[in-house]
Amino acid sequence: MKVSLTRRYRFAASHRLHSAKLSEDENSALYGKCNSPYGHGHNYVVEVTLTGPIDPATGMITNLGELDPFVGTTVIEAFDYKYLNEDVPEFRSVVPTTENLCREIFRRLKSYPAATLERVRIEETGKNSFEYEESAS
Amino acid sequence: MIRITRKVEFSAAHFYHNPALSAEENRRVFGKCNNPHGHGHNYVLEVTIAGEPDPATGMVLDLKELKDILQKQVVDRMDHRHLNYEVPELAGKIPTCENIASVIWQLLMPRITKGKLDRVRLYESPDLFADCTAETNGAGRRA
Repeated sequence: MKVSLTRRYRFAASHRLHSAKLSEDENSALYGKCNSPYGHGHNYVVEVTLTGPIDPATGMITNLGELDPFVGTTVIEAFDYKYLNEDVPEFRSVVPTTENLCREIFRRLKSYPAATLERVRIEETGKNSFEYEESAS
Repeated sequence: MIRITRKVEFSAAHFYHNPALSAEENRRVFGKCNNPHGHGHNYVLEVTIAGEPDPATGMVLDLKELKDILQKQVVDRMDHRHLNYEVPELAGKIPTCENIASVIWQLLMPRITKGKLDRVRLYESPDLFADCTAETNGAGRRA
């Protein structure tokens, strides 16, 4: 039996899907209303899944008292009420699709010291969700 | 392969306290979860069974049968109980989401005789849950 722990977080941000590798017309055709020049926003939900042994002293894979501030500092404070394309340096050259957002959040959380990051899942809206995990070596 | 999932809810009280730690350490490690009078949650349990449907019934496992197992093994044992004092399977363990989910997995495993217990997901709140899955040795599905 393997045990994992998942915590859900929320942030609200705006973005615009626009690729520098495509023409204006191609961007418009590909991204549709997500290419609207002034951007638009979502209430994102981020699910962070961690694995590891359950510490017998605490009964926990990880203490939320440690996890919440880590996610708060590395992700929520950096993304909440921001324009992802400009305010998050990594998205100045990468299109802030939710696929790329999953990878960026995974990258930021991977160094969490107290447990192993298994998966990042993001709900961009109540109807769309995306997941990223690194393949086992 | 087909997976079927049944959901049940139970409400219970608990608190976190490790007798090996000082009162001050308990407060530092467990925060408000250390309140000795306890607090409670509406737990939501999702149990997933995997298998091939029986050609005669079209079912992996009759959901009524699963419902009865969950009622007897989980709800009757934990609903409107204090998890620190009234559930022998949790004796000596801190009743975290991880430990409660593990105990539920152990309780259900021997009782699922059709299909295979695939996942136990226990929500302590809508924003926190623990999953128990079978070890897959890297060859099976992810958690």
